[in-house]
Amino acid sequence: MNRADFFEGLRGGTLVGLASVPFGALFGAIAHGQGMSLGELTLMSGVVYAGASQLVGLDLFGHDVAAWLIVLSILAVNFRHILYSAAIARYIRHFNGVQKFFTFFLLVDPQFAETIKRGEAGKSVSFAWYLGLAAMIYIPWVLASLVGGLLGSLIGDPRSIGLDVLLPVYFLGIVVGFRKRDNFLPVVATSAVAAIVAYRYVGSPWHVSIGALAGVALAALLPPVKSNRKPNLAVENHEV
Amino acid sequence: MTQFDPHMVLLILSAAVVTYVTRIGGYVLITRLARIPQRMEAALNAVPAAVLTTLMAPIFFNGGLDIKVAMIVACLVGLFLPASAMLVAGWVVVMGWRHFIGG
Repeated sequence: MNRADFFEGLRGGTLVGLASVPFGALFGAIAHGQGMSLGELTLMSGVVYAGASQLVGLDLFGHDVAAWLIVLSILAVNFRHILYSAAIARYIRHFNGVQKFFTFFLLVDPQFAETIKRGEAGKSVSFAWYLGLAAMIYIPWVLASLVGGLLGSLIGDPRSIGLDVLLPVYFLGIVVGFRKRDNFLPVVATSAVAAIVAYRYVGSPWHVSIGALAGVALAALLPPVKSNRKPNLAVENHEV
Repeated sequence: MTQFDPHMVLLILSAAVVTYVTRIGGYVLITRLARIPQRMEAALNAVPAAVLTTLMAPIFFNGGLDIKVAMIVACLVGLFLPASAMLVAGWVVVMGWRHFIGG
């Protein structure tokens, strides 16, 4: 382990780690509002470690949805990670097996963005640097979740402090972040209409699968965009 | 307060496993496949936006005027500022609406 690299990673992760704190606290507070215990919500932040999908899970807990469907929705939201691990492959080939195991576990959005940035700048991506960066994101994330849960338990009705608006706005924020992607508007409009119709006539939770499938099918069927623009993964996502 | 419900723990661990699969999946895929087919890549790219849209669209559609206005304002803010500013804007609108107009 190279100490200098590790500390460089720690320094590089400071801002990202701080930025993830409110989202961790938001997760903790909402999780507690949905009836998760402090132990459960901390465990979830510690082992799933994927903010958007954790909040998706919480949203579905509130709808009395079958467990397999919750897991499927979490899988769907986390699908983007497939692109991440494909994209960083060339920079981490020299890691050994155990290092790779942790590398993929810790591969959240900002971790990916920083790794690509460093790799593309021609600097060596060492495991020490990667771990330093990850520590600065992972530890605040888990602690913030716990603190958010503690605060949530002090507040009775989530609606009285406006917590109920934060979840849809949070999802909206991620969607808005994707607006530069190919066929963004047709995909989002199709998914939105399909989800609203399915919610009304088929019922929750099927609106998630039906709406998502409609948008994804459209994306596959639409003619390829001429510019062949790659999604700019490095600047789209800022949170865990 | 810190008790663990076995069903919840199982659910959390399942979520952790599928999340890990997505995080290692691309690496496994790219070391096996030379190239991801274009339409498959387009479909994969669309998955997150499509899923998240299905979660918020019914909340917007079925929500009260307070939620609708808050989400529209947050969306406009999001075109210029980061997601954290959207959360603040949405929250301020909802709290202001409920305080001054009632909801």
